[in-house]
Amino acid sequence: MSKLIATPGQTVGPFYGYALPFPKDSELVPPGQGGSIRVHGTVTDGRGQPIPDCLLEIWQADEHGVIAQRTGSLTRDGHTFTGWGRAAVDDDGHYTFTTVNPGVTEEGKAPFIAVVVFARGLLNKLHTRVYLPENPERLAVDGLLSDLPAERRGTLIAEREEDGSLLWNIRLQGENETVFLDFS
Amino acid sequence: MTPSEQPVVSSDAAANTQAEISEDMRVIHSAYETGKAAGSLSEETQPRIDFPPYRSSILRHPTKDLRHTDPETIELWSPAFGHRDVHKLESDLTIQHNGDPLGERMIVRGRVLDGDGRPVRNQLVEVWQANSAGRYIHKRDQHPAPIDPNFTGVGRCLTGDDGSYEFITIKPGPYPWKNHHNAWRPAHIHFSLFGTDFTQRMITQMYFPGDPLFALDPIYQSITDQKARDRLVAQYDHDVTQHEWATGYTWDIVLSGSNRTWMDTEEDDK
Ligand SMILES: [Fe+2]
Repeated sequence: MSKLIATPGQTVGPFYGYALPFPKDSELVPPGQGGSIRVHGTVTDGRGQPIPDCLLEIWQADEHGVIAQRTGSLTRDGHTFTGWGRAAVDDDGHYTFTTVNPGVTEEGKAPFIAVVVFARGLLNKLHTRVYLPENPERLAVDGLLSDLPAERRGTLIAEREEDGSLLWNIRLQGENETVFLDFS
Repeated sequence: MTPSEQPVVSSDAAANTQAEISEDMRVIHSAYETGKAAGSLSEETQPRIDFPPYRSSILRHPTKDLRHTDPETIELWSPAFGHRDVHKLESDLTIQHNGDPLGERMIVRGRVLDGDGRPVRNQLVEVWQANSAGRYIHKRDQHPAPIDPNFTGVGRCLTGDDGSYEFITIKPGPYPWKNHHNAWRPAHIHFSLFGTDFTQRMITQMYFPGDPLFALDPIYQSITDQKARDRLVAQYDHDVTQHEWATGYTWDIVLSGSNRTWMDTEEDDK
């Protein structure tokens, strides 16, 4: 139980674009590097319309399940994997990260990428996860996924595309609303 | 009504009056106070994400409850930032150009703590804000107030071993927006924070004491409890103010609790 009460969050607003993005922010590994994959998708609102002012961050282990504690995310020297990236969506609500498939960090657990969502119109941050679609037996026993109604489970599992990319869309509201998480 | 059936006014339409928005906020706040007094609602400490007076929230908030889950390994850690990421001078927003920016020079300092009061050390703090006239350096900002060629309004720093941060900047001006007719945001600085656990990641806004726009602003008022709203307001601090140079404000930020197992040695100067 926490002793202090947390400071409230507030919306990221519309004007983060000149402040939070930085060069190669969404490139956890350089595009084209062996083993690299694209994680991409579209963020939509309650009417299915793309949201053009949304900022996503991902945080993940490397291919071997190692959690990096290396500095250098903001400078991206091209060879240090820091595990963290940031992507502002484009005018069509589309985001792209270049990264690697996360490895398993705990025996028997399904690998996933942690995601946090900020947007104009969204009054507080939202946490969620993107699971890799492989290994259905493991996904079936995952603590979070197995607890979800079948029709909502799929919102947390990416689709593997032919070129190895992961396609994962975020629906903030309405039909197929993405499952968002509370850790308190 | 389902959300898709609700009449939605685009946030750019500025169709409502301030009186209508204020009345909507009054009804929501009074229902909260009544529920809290009756014991049917517990004290709220975070903004509501479903807060219709903030028009652009209507189609952008999840309608299903957040799913409770225990954080797994990756979520118990945060990315690491260091001096290769952030240069010391990036915390001074007044020296990024050839001349001095216009406006009231100020120092903002405070500490970043976790829910147990532990300082959050060597972590990234990012800020962005309007200039003294209430204008952002952003292509979507259409407010006809002057751009200051000597002020960008973006800063970063790393917290110290005691969780402390400090920025030197200019007091931002209030600015109009299109939520409703004659809508104005109280002056604020946007803050982005990391903790020791990724679950603590947060973005918020710091306000200034006594702002007359507080009562009118649906973003600030989306926090229904006055005690929680007060946590976003910096304090004027004459001990931080510097003789013939800058006024001073302090604002401490508390993140949610850490779920990590902490060693005693890591808690030494708690
Ligand atoms: Fe703002």
